Parts: sequence; C-alpha cells; structure tokens
Amino acid sequence: MATQYRFGVEPITCHAWNKEQTQLALSPNNDEVHIYGLSGGQWVKQHTLSEHTQRVTGIDWAPKSNRIVTCGVDRNAYVWTFNGTKWEPVLVILRINRAATCVKWSPEENKFAIGSGARLISVCYYESENNWWVSKHIKKPIRSTVTCLDWHPNNYLLACGSSDFKTRVYSAYVKEIESKPSANEWGSKLPFAAMLGEYSNGGGGWVHAVCFSSSGTKLAWVGHDSSISIVDAANGFNILTAKTSYLPFTSCLWVTENSLVVGGYDNLPLLFNCSQGAINFVNKLDIPKKSGGGSMSAMKRFQQMDTRGRDSEDSKVVTLHQNAIRQLTLHSGSKSSCAKFASGGNDGQILVWDIRTLESQIAGLTIS
Amino acid sequence: MSVNTGAKLFRKVDVDQFDEERFVEDAGDDSSAVGPNESEVNNLLAQNRNAEALKAVLNNPPVNTKDQAIKDRCASLVLRVLSAFKVSEMEGAINGLEQPAQDVLMKYLYRGFESPKEAVQSNLLAWHEKLFAVGGYGCIVRVLTDRKTV
Repeated sequence: MATQYRFGVEPITCHAWNKEQTQLALSPNNDEVHIYGLSGGQWVKQHTLSEHTQRVTGIDWAPKSNRIVTCGVDRNAYVWTFNGTKWEPVLVILRINRAATCVKWSPEENKFAIGSGARLISVCYYESENNWWVSKHIKKPIRSTVTCLDWHPNNYLLACGSSDFKTRVYSAYVKEIESKPSANEWGSKLPFAAMLGEYSNGGGGWVHAVCFSSSGTKLAWVGHDSSISIVDAANGFNILTAKTSYLPFTSCLWVTENSLVVGGYDNLPLLFNCSQGAINFVNKLDIPKKSGGGSMSAMKRFQQMDTRGRDSEDSKVVTLHQNAIRQLTLHSGSKSSCAKFASGGNDGQILVWDIRTLESQIAGLTIS
Repeated sequence: MSVNTGAKLFRKVDVDQFDEERFVEDAGDDSSAVGPNESEVNNLLAQNRNAEALKAVLNNPPVNTKDQAIKDRCASLVLRVLSAFKVSEMEGAINGLEQPAQDVLMKYLYRGFESPKEAVQSNLLAWHEKLFAVGGYGCIVRVLTDRKTV
C-alpha cells in the first residue's frame, strides 16, 4: 500500500525532499537536521546539519536552486547550500522574539516565509549588495502564533493559518526583487502585507495546515476541531466546511484540483473530494488488514482478561503509521496530478504513498 | 533561607491587557437568539413527542451570551428532555439530528457530566455512547476545542 521507511524511534517533526526524491532532509525532534540519501532502496545518513541550538520546527528544500531552509525554536533560520562536499549555512536575521514555527520557499525560490510565535510572518529575500538575507514582517491582524504557511503558485500571495482559529491570505510582494503583480482572483491591490482575506469556519480549533490548490483558486485548511474547510476564490469566496467524525487533522495536501488528502491523529491519510458545493469523504487510504481472529486458548483468554481487562488483543495500532501523522509532503508529481505523496509521523516513520497503486488496491477508488 | 510568602496576588495581574494586538474573542454575532423556546419544548414533552422536543431544545443554544443564569436554565431544560427518553429511543432521535445539533448535544452532555447526580449520570452515559457511535471522536474534540460553551 505504501513504502515504509523507518528513521529511529523519535518523532519526525518535519521533513522535505529534494527535486529528484533521492535525498531527504528530516529532523528527529531535536536541534539537528539529517540528510539521508537513497542507495539500494535504503536511506543512508549522509550529512548532519547542526547549527540550530534548539528544536528544528521547519525544513523546506528548494527544488530548482537546491537550497535548504530550516527554522527552529532558537528563533533563527538558516539557508543551506551544498558546496560539493558539505552543506554551508547562512544565518537569516528574522527579528522575531518567539520561536519560528514553519518555513516555506516561494515557488520561484527568490524568497521564503517563516511563521512564528511572535504573531507575525517574516518574508525573507536575498539582498545581493549586502550579501545578506533580509526579512520584512507581516503583522496585522494576526492575534496568535502562526502555525502554517503556503504560497500561491503565482509567487506573490501567501496563506497562513494561526492559533487564533483563522486563516488569512496576504500579499507578499517584495518590490525590491520582483516586478509588480497583476490583479488576480484574490485581490487587485497587492502592496506588501495587505490582507486579502480572513476566513474562519465559525468554530474553535486552531489551524494546523493550509494548502493552496494547484490553480491557486482554492485554499484548504484543517483545524483542531476535526474540520476541513475550503474557500474558493473563483466562486465568490464561498467557504465550505466539513466537520468530520475523526480525530483532528494536522496536515492537508491537494493531490488533484479537487481531491484533498488529510492526515492527523488517526494515524492514516484520508481522501476528501471537493465538488458540487460540498466536501465529501471518499476513502481512507490506509485500510488495515483484518487480523484473522485466530483461535485463542481459554488459558490465554483468561490471562488477557486478568492482565489487560479485555479478552482479545485489540489494543494494537492497526494502521501503518503507529502514531499521529505530523506532515504530508508532495513526493513526486504536482499538486494538480500528484503521483506520490509522503507522510512523516510521530512514530519515526516516513511513508511514501503511490496514488496509482492506491487506486488499484482500494476497490472503487478513483482519484480525480 | 528564602521565605516563601505564598503571595499569589500578582498572578491575577493581566499583563496582556495593554497589548493592543492581544487575542480577543469574536463578539457574539446574534445576541437575540438566546436559548430555545421553553414553552414549545414543554408542550412537546407533555405530548410525548420527545424527538421533536430534543430538536427544539437544541435550537439556538445560548453560546454567545455571557449570562450564566441563561446557560444554567437551558442546560437543566436539556437535561429534562434527555431524561424523558428511553434508552431504546435514543438512537433514532440522534439519527434525526443534523450534524451541528449533534455537536450541541455533545456539549450539553459534557455540561451535564460537570454536576454529578447519579440518576442523571447513567442516562447521560447512555446518550454519550449512542452519540459517540454516530458523531465519532470529532464530536468530542469539538466540545473540547470550541470557545462557545453552553
């Protein structure tokens, strides 16, 4: 169903793939970033990036320019470039007084955005005359920690989710490095830090993840109230919300223009479809094998009842992930037609899910 | 040796009040809709139309008001409706509810668990079991995360 890779017992707080998916950067819930290379079907550790002094919270790997950006609880961010033998860090001054929580390269890779507990987003770009990364702040009206970010494919708009239960869309147009953006479906006036939209699903639950669809007209977000919401700019900014019966989702990813994969505390990815003005549940993508209710001796049964207060061994986690999914990333393909996506979990595993294989293995499943 | 004064008054100082970007709750958007129509619910109960009474009592939950007395009155009314049900009738009644109403019902159940009275508790637990079977964990999580309490 999915290819399973284990990286120890520590939770994988964040991970990122290089362009060819031959290398993988991950942080095992500490101040280090490990770079693994694929050799003979096995992941072998090649480099350890240890510049952060506290826990790393975000990693993003720019596919075209082959640069890695990392951010951490030590309020620092580093841009790493590979010089042929090792990865060289460059410190980015973020000017924040709380932990950085998430980081994303823009699609053009000429800037990146970092969310933080200081209730602001730092948009950083490279100033060549000073040979330095500088940051600009988006502040208003964020009332709480920025938990997640995603860039619009046009390289100008930035969506952020926050623990004040709201999702916002900003213009992140940096006039120093790029040409003026033209009007788009989210807004026409786009000076830096202009808020183009503020969306809420009406309930509590802070936002765990945001994701623009490949066309950039739809923005999905998941919250801690087990909800999935989608706002559609092409459809009068209509907000669709599905309050599901599952445990909360921590991550979401568009795999086609209308299909959204979410994953979270249920340890498995779920597929939802957005069509005809509603968000519909399609299928679980990890269907646990039925444990053949093998016969159990009377002695064993009574022992189980004695030691565990139950007569069968159903306390085992039946999903492939043995703990919550922390992050879903695009592995190969694009958001408009994803070929494979990956999920990193608290169980120290990264699973790579192949869409075509899933379609053939799960009866009646077509992802369109 | 240092003296432990036990002073804890300073903990009540709200240091955030001068922060102009502090988090503020969304103001209640509709303050007129406070609480269900009590007489309607009573009428339905008197006619033994329990399922309809349940629907009516979950209408307009007093989530936006800060008046504790209104919340208390609604909670006791809901408890009265819930205790009118037999265990066999619960499932059908829950299936007849929309998803938002199920969430509201779960809020009232947890509200009910706050004040332990044994006779009511067993009834509430039965409700909880049936509602969990329909609403799943999401229903419970929404009770825990929602700032709008009943």
